[in-house]
Amino acid sequence: MINKIFESLQSAVADVHDGATVMIGGFGTAGMPSELIDALIGQGARDLTIVNNNAGNGDIGLAALLKAKRVRKIICSFPRQTDSYVFDALYRAGEIELELVPQGNLAERIRAAGAGIGGFFTPTGYGTRLAEGKETRLIDGRHYVLESPLHADFALIKAYKGDRWGNLIYRKTARNFGPIMASAAKTAIVQVSEVVPLGALDPEVIITPGIFVQRVIEVPQAAHQTAATATAA
Amino acid sequence: MKKLSRDEMARRVAQDIPEGAYVNLGIGVPTLVANHLAADKEIFLHSENGLLGMGPAPAKGEEDDELINAGKQHVTLLTGGAYFHHADSFAMMRGGHLDFCVLGAFQVSAGGDLANWHTGAPDAIPAVGGAMDLAIGAKQVYVMMEHLTKQGESKIAAECTYPVTGVGCVDRIYTDLAMIDVTDQGLVVREIFSDIDFDALHKLTGVPLIDGTQAARAA
Repeated sequence: MINKIFESLQSAVADVHDGATVMIGGFGTAGMPSELIDALIGQGARDLTIVNNNAGNGDIGLAALLKAKRVRKIICSFPRQTDSYVFDALYRAGEIELELVPQGNLAERIRAAGAGIGGFFTPTGYGTRLAEGKETRLIDGRHYVLESPLHADFALIKAYKGDRWGNLIYRKTARNFGPIMASAAKTAIVQVSEVVPLGALDPEVIITPGIFVQRVIEVPQAAHQTAATATAA
Repeated sequence: MKKLSRDEMARRVAQDIPEGAYVNLGIGVPTLVANHLAADKEIFLHSENGLLGMGPAPAKGEEDDELINAGKQHVTLLTGGAYFHHADSFAMMRGGHLDFCVLGAFQVSAGGDLANWHTGAPDAIPAVGGAMDLAIGAKQVYVMMEHLTKQGESKIAAECTYPVTGVGCVDRIYTDLAMIDVTDQGLVVREIFSDIDFDALHKLTGVPLIDGTQAARAA
């Protein structure tokens, strides 16, 4: 019997190695897998390359991982936010490397990796400093920039419900990067608010089929609360 | 000199968005446009973090931290709205499926280059988000900005001095003084919202402008 359910957060992240590339889902705190990130901090892996849309908020989740000095490089689109002070300080001190990627290119690079695409031409960023040094091509009168796929060793993702085969559904805008990161990582580790029996998820509405998911851990959560409000409350 | 307030600018932009349009309103001043869309028109608001059919802010106590917009503010979903992942969301933008995108700007060049993502200050932490995707993706890219900087310099310039977000991507500029189309012939002034005439506007702007205000009045 195939069972991808892990009983503890610790066991689910135990083999994340030093120097690993780790994708972390979430847009701000919506969809951020805070409990998995806390387990990764406890596990101790360092020199990580992190892929996320942002670079942490406040002192929780990704910001806590940065604060623990486990991250060598971050690949993201929007690091600077009102509450990104942990990243800001590390960046100004030269203690973290930043690869800034336009948000749609970030998403498509992740999607491309999961889909086995070796590269793609995108109009986004053409003629800007974020495309400097990159190959360009004129296709049917429009300028494009060559972008490469973005692979990862691990992805840490938060979903709403999952079953023992790894089928997932998400909740509202917390879906964001989850489905594409699951496909782009060798090992996708997913915390779900609820593990449900096989067959409980309507096959017509499964968002991430289990083939993209290696590990599922149940982390019960109030339906409309993320870790941010749970902490604040 | 009479100038439109930000709300008046937003109302003016909203008048030009027809029923059935798929629209992305950029962070900042453009979000005000949502307040002026006619309630009896069905217009689809897209937010790049993954929703279509975005509704207004929720009532106090009804906020859901997993239902936010691109500015990470709490929002609601209208009946018939949908959620999707990031690659699909940016396919909607990059793939030309949005009818309109309304963006703020530091500068627009006479050729329609947009600068709105980076001040160019050497010590600034760079952040781009979806700005470059929004700039190039929609069928019509509208910019909303003050005509002049606080120092009185025109934000419509021969060339952008700030780092560009997109090249030749802007179709129309709404300022607090005028509405100007970026065309193959050059910048065409369609409407003046102020009490100044075309020549005065031309002088303030400092780049070649074509007077299209009479054609607009005739039409």
